[in-house]
Amino acid sequence: MTFLQVLLEALESLNSNKLRSGLTILGIVIGVAAVIAMLAVGQGAQDTITGSISGIGTNVLFVFSGNQQEEIRNPRPLTIQDAVAIQDPFAAPSVKAVAPILQSNFEITGGGAKTNTSVTGVTPSYAEVRNYLVTEGEFITNDQILGHASVALIGPETAVKLFGHSDGLVGESIRIAGQPFRITGVLESKGGGAMGSQDDVVFIPFTTAQTRLIRRNNPNRVDLIFVQAISADEVRNASDQVAQILSTRHRTEIGKNDFTIFSQQDFIQTASTITGVLTTFLGGIAAISLLVGGIGIMNIMLVSVSERTREIGLRKALGARRRDILVQFLTESSLLSLIGGLIGILFGWLIASAVGKVAAATGNAFTPSVGISAILLATIFSTAVGLFFGIYPANRAAGLEPVEALRYE
Amino acid sequence: MSDHVIVADNLKKIYQMGDVEVQALRGLSCNIDRGEVVAIVGPSGSGKSTLMNILGCLDHPTSGDYYLDGEHVSDLRDDQLANIRNRKVGFVFQSFNLLSRATALSNVELPLRYSGKRNGRKDRAREALTAVGLGDRMTHKPTELSGGQQQRVAIARAIVNNPAIIMADEPTGNLDSKVGQEIIDLLLNLNKERGTTLVIVTHDPNVATIAQRIIHIKDGIVDTEAA
Repeated sequence: MTFLQVLLEALESLNSNKLRSGLTILGIVIGVAAVIAMLAVGQGAQDTITGSISGIGTNVLFVFSGNQQEEIRNPRPLTIQDAVAIQDPFAAPSVKAVAPILQSNFEITGGGAKTNTSVTGVTPSYAEVRNYLVTEGEFITNDQILGHASVALIGPETAVKLFGHSDGLVGESIRIAGQPFRITGVLESKGGGAMGSQDDVVFIPFTTAQTRLIRRNNPNRVDLIFVQAISADEVRNASDQVAQILSTRHRTEIGKNDFTIFSQQDFIQTASTITGVLTTFLGGIAAISLLVGGIGIMNIMLVSVSERTREIGLRKALGARRRDILVQFLTESSLLSLIGGLIGILFGWLIASAVGKVAAATGNAFTPSVGISAILLATIFSTAVGLFFGIYPANRAAGLEPVEALRYE
Repeated sequence: MSDHVIVADNLKKIYQMGDVEVQALRGLSCNIDRGEVVAIVGPSGSGKSTLMNILGCLDHPTSGDYYLDGEHVSDLRDDQLANIRNRKVGFVFQSFNLLSRATALSNVELPLRYSGKRNGRKDRAREALTAVGLGDRMTHKPTELSGGQQQRVAIARAIVNNPAIIMADEPTGNLDSKVGQEIIDLLLNLNKERGTTLVIVTHDPNVATIAQRIIHIKDGIVDTEAA
């Protein structure tokens, strides 16, 4: 028999018992839809997280105090002097810019409204390192740093919270923890991120934060130093150079740094590992429902084989070989799962986009993505499920003795 | 030997039923000539069905030799037997055994599908249906046909591949006597026109009388042969 004929005959036979075929297909539809939706959600989460990490800046290193891997006694905090030392073009030729920050949450009032937002003390280089642009006004200047000026830049989201709009705000004043600040600029929107909104922020001159708002035990202390490497290839070198400078300055033992340097790649890798595990976990659970669907196929094919024992006997009497019968039943089971798989892909895609809509409606920029690979995987996997769970019933049908099968009532 | 389409020599068939061995055939020998009409009769349990299954290549004899149309088939493998059945044997069953979801034409076409022929299948199926007088019922499904018509479709299916023999197992068992007679007449006609050997297994003495030769089976061997 030609392939087309086998296919037509299988369709005819599935069609002769619509409800049963439909329910069996439904089992596969649910399984495949679940797998597709879960993979899409996982992929979307990964895209969002890596996207927001990439949005932090380009070729950026994060330097913070402490060491997660080892117990270090009396770790020395990072200081403004450390930041200055890293900037040394001879000791650290791969470093392009350095931006130390101080950060804390404060209550902010302005425009008759009140909000809680993170306030960051920054230097002018912060704009370059973190890719911040202003829509109006200007970034923190060196003069403001030197003068400990009471000025602030606000993010567009904070601006909307306080004033209801994010334009024409230069010259307005806000109070941070009760102290008056004049707005000198509004930041351009960067979109939401995994580590809090990058638009709901207030920037003030580093020195102002140091002396008036964010007091630490050590007056020279900084919370975090952003280091930008001169190029992507130099990130590793920059990291080594910064480590060299800091370990010398902190007089640490070899291999026992009291600081940690993280690159964007490290963050992305860590995040990818986490979301990867999450995706595998979700996909695995969804795959169980696909497995259940496959067992459904096997069940219904076994019923079908025993119902059609006489038919099988007749076909054999008319000259069907073992292989012909095998192919006939395998085609039916694969068709069940293939059709289920195709409908399942559609449903999975619908579920994924529904999840995306819900996420968008609740303010999380999160787009589940159904990749070609997921679709291929689901199609191949579901057909394989049909084949696998069809083998036993088909084999049973093919192995029937014609004499016995014809006599079967 | 060339005029014998069936040569069976010392056929034995032993079934193992638990601990008990049942000898269904105990060294049965018989020859059937090409173009002959033969009736095989015998009481139930005589081994008549077993003989029919072996002659129709549905089953292997435990020992003995069987030549069908010059081919030594008694020790062929299952798939080779399937091929022999397809080319050389046409079956007509008591209960018709038609596929209920397929049309008369598709039912008749079925053996051709398994013979690997690609061209002219529909034409040959139409021709066979016309030969049994159902040229105007080709697209009907079995449920839309009377018992006699269904058996005609089954006969068309049996002759569509131009087999050497037609094995009819109680072909009139499910039909009333008038329609049964029509079916017997049709089979005899096909035998005359096409020269196809006809082997009828039956209980019905009326059916047996139309045969040129009656083979009585008793206790797994040929009891008497009557012309």
